[in-house]
Amino acid sequence: MGYYNEDNRFVIAVYVDNKYGVLSRVTSMFTRRGFNIDALTVGVTESPEYSRITITMSGDGYAKAQMLNQLRKLYNVKKVEVLDETTALERELMLIKIKNDQTHNQTILSAVDIFHAEIVDYSVDALCIEVTGPSSKIDAFIEFIKPCGIIEMCRTGVVALQKGGGSMLDMPDVN
Amino acid sequence: MKLTGSQIVVETLIEQGVKDVFGYPGGQVINLYDALYEYKDKINHILTAHEQGAAHAADGYARATGGVGVVIATSGPGATNLVTGIATAMLDSVPLIAITGNVPQNLIGKDSFQEIDITGITLPITKHNFFVHDVNDLADTIREAIQIATSGRPGPVLVDIPKDIQISFAEYERKPIVEKFPTVMPKPEKVKRAAEIINGKKRPYIYIGGGVISSNTSKQVLELAEKIDGVIGCSLMGISAIPTNEPRFLGMEGMHGHYASSMAQNTADVIIAIGVRFSDRATGNVSKFARKADIIHIDVDFAEISKNVEAQLGIRGDLSVTLDMLINEVEKKERPKWMDTVRMLREQEAETTDVGVGLTPNALINEINLIKDGDTVVATDVGQHQMWTAQFLNVSTPRTFISSGGLGTMGFGMGAAIGAATATGKKTVLVTGDGSFGMNLNELVTAVTFKVPLTIVVMNNKVLGMVRQWQTLFFDEHYSNTDLKDRYVDYVKLAEAFGAKGTVATTVDEFRKAFKDAYNSDGVNIIDCKIDKDEFVLPMLPPGGAIDDMITSTPKGGEC
Repeated sequence: MGYYNEDNRFVIAVYVDNKYGVLSRVTSMFTRRGFNIDALTVGVTESPEYSRITITMSGDGYAKAQMLNQLRKLYNVKKVEVLDETTALERELMLIKIKNDQTHNQTILSAVDIFHAEIVDYSVDALCIEVTGPSSKIDAFIEFIKPCGIIEMCRTGVVALQKGGGSMLDMPDVN
Repeated sequence: MKLTGSQIVVETLIEQGVKDVFGYPGGQVINLYDALYEYKDKINHILTAHEQGAAHAADGYARATGGVGVVIATSGPGATNLVTGIATAMLDSVPLIAITGNVPQNLIGKDSFQEIDITGITLPITKHNFFVHDVNDLADTIREAIQIATSGRPGPVLVDIPKDIQISFAEYERKPIVEKFPTVMPKPEKVKRAAEIINGKKRPYIYIGGGVISSNTSKQVLELAEKIDGVIGCSLMGISAIPTNEPRFLGMEGMHGHYASSMAQNTADVIIAIGVRFSDRATGNVSKFARKADIIHIDVDFAEISKNVEAQLGIRGDLSVTLDMLINEVEKKERPKWMDTVRMLREQEAETTDVGVGLTPNALINEINLIKDGDTVVATDVGQHQMWTAQFLNVSTPRTFISSGGLGTMGFGMGAAIGAATATGKKTVLVTGDGSFGMNLNELVTAVTFKVPLTIVVMNNKVLGMVRQWQTLFFDEHYSNTDLKDRYVDYVKLAEAFGAKGTVATTVDEFRKAFKDAYNSDGVNIIDCKIDKDEFVLPMLPPGGAIDDMITSTPKGGEC
């Protein structure tokens, strides 16, 4: 795909009507327009009228502009903003299950300590760790813990908020 | 007052000014059809032979009037048969309202008889769609559908109504016709910037598309062209926005566009693109497209700006408001050198255009031009005949050339012509090919039943000409499945079988007489026009090619 010749990652926050089928409208548009996304999360917001979708995507300026335009065109989409990396809070949560192997015990415990993670389940065969933080921190944790034997893992994808007092909904419309 | 969901649908359509609907009954719309029966004095239903024909008819109705076209179909196959029609309307930005029935909500998701997820299927081919969960939302949903379909850049909206909603009762209150969403105002500083760019340029080319027709801004486009001493070219969808005989109008550009129009676009130093989306068929290779020009792109849909071709300046705005502002801002200027260049291009075009000998496509369209009234709608199907019509037809009134541009739907024409004739109540002409006509000629029954004054001109070359043309040019004359010589259709008998009249034309004189008779009658007429299979649509820019690759003569050496 011509769109993705640069590895520029960006995070888009989208307010959508909290209605039946809206998520499939959004994801169907990605497929139809050939957009490739890295992660997507969706959940309730401060207002029962809206849900908030956070999309992580990589691409050049053209891909980014097309994505924003096509999102803004959808009838149920109320607000779309690219979050500014320098002033946004980004968090992701991971649950990761690792073999409970005596030889790696010390590595695991150090990792949990250093990354401010938490052991949430402990059994003879395995232990389960919860890690929260920016995606880069989670990536680093995975790299670190890999030699210990990962059984399975899952990540929530990014949720993000702009720092400061304002709400995204109050920002002026682009275009 | 309390009404059933079915009555509410019909009441709301009537309330919103809908006079005619097209459709086909079925199990999950029986109740809706019962309401249509009840209200038959207030709303006219046109029964087609097939749901696809109904969808194209509603589309043609909308294109001819600018208002919504409404189509009704049952669940399952009824709904899926609308898909091509809805997609056609989507690609050409037509305000089509599709109403489908579905199984009752307690049977949804159970693969019930004739159950289909039509809102899911039509997600990518509608501007928006609705599944009605509550009868209390039904009237407002229909209103909202019309509002979405007609506001900004128009497009199709589908409303899926399960049977239990059609039979439940709710309070209905009559409301006024919905207003369109607020006008999109352009940023004044951008319009100012556009005027500055234009003022500094020597060779302005105004490039218009279907947006000029849907926004009714033909006059402003001409006014702008006059003021800046520029020329106008159009995409296929822009045909009929500007009268063909207007001196500043060069006609369609692009793959099969007029030589002068494509060349002027390539020579221009500024292209003012208005309500047009730079389709690949119009631009060819985008990296080589109009390299000498700055592009100013004006559209109500911001997502079109810099989507296909990068614009130096994009203005999002209602075309009428934006054009008024731009006309006000630009300097009045004469550009005689540019006019000389354009004159030269036109002379070159005239030299390479030859009507040819016998019943050629060009000669045939010329005869139609001489006989038809200025406001007669001419619909087409898709293929060579469509391009010939686009190239040679004289058009003087907006909305009188109706053709499937974006989707290129063979079989569009019959439905579209019936829809247009229903909308205008006037004589309508369909120019089609033997390939396209074969796809949906079942709608002859609709035309005859509803006494549609329709003249069907079949350019019969016994080949699938457009594909064949590509096979000649790019596939070493491997005529794979495009030769129809073994197909036997007697169009005169076909016409008679449906209660229409058929004639054969092999010469220009025969065609002239046949067309005059057909056009002046009130019935449905088919004229089987024998065309040479080796007629080419020229000029041609090869797919993905650039202006330098333009083909202007047939490979066998005959100039066209």
